[in-house]
Amino acid sequence: MVSITLRDYSLIYPMFHGSARSFKKSLFKGVRQKLRDRQAVGGSIISQSDTTVVVALDTLSLDIVSGERVGLIGHNGAGKSTLLRAMAGIYESSLGTMQVEGEVHALLSPQAGMNTDLTGRENIRLYARVLGLSDKATKRLEEEVESFAELGAFMDLPVRHYSSGMAIRLGFGLTTSPRPEILLMDEWFMAGDSHFQEKARDRLTRLIECVRILVVTSHSLPILREWCTRIIWMEAGRVRMDGPANLVIDAYEAAGQG
Amino acid sequence: MSQSPLALAWDDIVSGLRRWRLAAMLGWTDIRLRYRGSVLGPCWLTLSALVMVASMGVIYARLFHMVLKDYLPFLSLSLALWQVGLASLLQESCTCFTEADSMIHAMKLPYTLQAIRLLVRNAIVFAHSIIVPIGVFILYGVWPGLVSLASLPGLLLWCVNGYAACLLLGPFCARFRDITPVVAAFMQIAFYVTPIIWQPGQLGARSRYLLLNPFYDMMELVRGPILGHLPSLTMIGISVGLSVIWCGLAFMTFLRTRARLAFWV
Repeated sequence: MVSITLRDYSLIYPMFHGSARSFKKSLFKGVRQKLRDRQAVGGSIISQSDTTVVVALDTLSLDIVSGERVGLIGHNGAGKSTLLRAMAGIYESSLGTMQVEGEVHALLSPQAGMNTDLTGRENIRLYARVLGLSDKATKRLEEEVESFAELGAFMDLPVRHYSSGMAIRLGFGLTTSPRPEILLMDEWFMAGDSHFQEKARDRLTRLIECVRILVVTSHSLPILREWCTRIIWMEAGRVRMDGPANLVIDAYEAAGQG
Repeated sequence: MSQSPLALAWDDIVSGLRRWRLAAMLGWTDIRLRYRGSVLGPCWLTLSALVMVASMGVIYARLFHMVLKDYLPFLSLSLALWQVGLASLLQESCTCFTEADSMIHAMKLPYTLQAIRLLVRNAIVFAHSIIVPIGVFILYGVWPGLVSLASLPGLLLWCVNGYAACLLLGPFCARFRDITPVVAAFMQIAFYVTPIIWQPGQLGARSRYLLLNPFYDMMELVRGPILGHLPSLTMIGISVGLSVIWCGLAFMTFLRTRARLAFWV
């Protein structure tokens, strides 16, 4: 059964800055702290002046079952992308439990793992290897992406020479080729020229029809209305509202967020 | 996802090994990109090793009053083994995760894949730089014989230790960015106190203390057989013992840091 289940799931994200990146300073600070603690009476407070701890996801409990098309909305920094990354297995946390049943594929950034020094074609081959495709399937992927991206001679040039639109076309064609059970998608797919956007929507719609669960973040409410059956409105790592698409989006717009 | 850290770390290692083909492709790509646009390609490695051996060989043979015929095979082999097998393996293990940050943030792949990638990369470099010692051996008609095959277990041990270095130094250097230069400085010192450009015999009676230098023991494990003498049991004992400790430490580090690596890189 394809499903995503979260129980009291929290994710704490450390951000190091200043001397927190230095082993020497961290070590000395620890020793100094110990000495100070010995003199002080009472409990010890751990000073973490150079490490900011961000509670990106705060005791989330969710059940997403097969057939659901879930949209995540909320401010920048509400935890949407972090939640996607956690579901994709990139971020891990031992606080609470998360169970993802089913084969997951994540579209997190248009350059997802692409090496900009390699040519478009080489990137396709590398990606095919990441997906564990056979030689025959690799060939098929190559042809398919080539015809979709319409890069012409650029296909054999390093990706670093591409315009950003071209890079997105390649990345889009590549990452949307597998047919997973669970698709996680960040909002980057809105880029590109209008001709491309039409093609992209076509391709995405076909992809979405294949998957059992879709989780997508976006700021584009019309698209979410069209695609999603359920919207989760996130705020500061927590669920503010969760329900049928139109209901939540109306509330979201009413709150002046749209 | 509610598996224990031990199961997850073990799973990471197993699935990393299972995807060796991807790791090999990544390692090979690294080398290709490093030398893309140069006519000689990775043969630059061979050429630079050649220049280094030729210039150092002539000068140091003079300084140490040694015959080129004896000294040059030793020097060329030592340099090749040290530079690739020990120095660059350890040095690169520090950045094996931080350099793969975009990949780590983009998709779920075993972390140990990066360690295998590094081994593959260094194996390719090694294949290019070992040409010089082979050439020198042929030039001076030095033929070590079948005993040189005894260096293969040593090479295998190097690989295992290099893999472990990635799991130990990789997370540590990702968390604390000032460790990488420390390791570089340390390797610089190790280069001079280990018999690479000088021979252990030159220390005279005190050469027995060299056993305490783990780099020497590890070096002799591979270099000895190629030069025609087997390493002593003490050396093997020290090397294997230290490797077990090293790998143990590496696994413990990986076990404790794996879940947080994505935040650190």
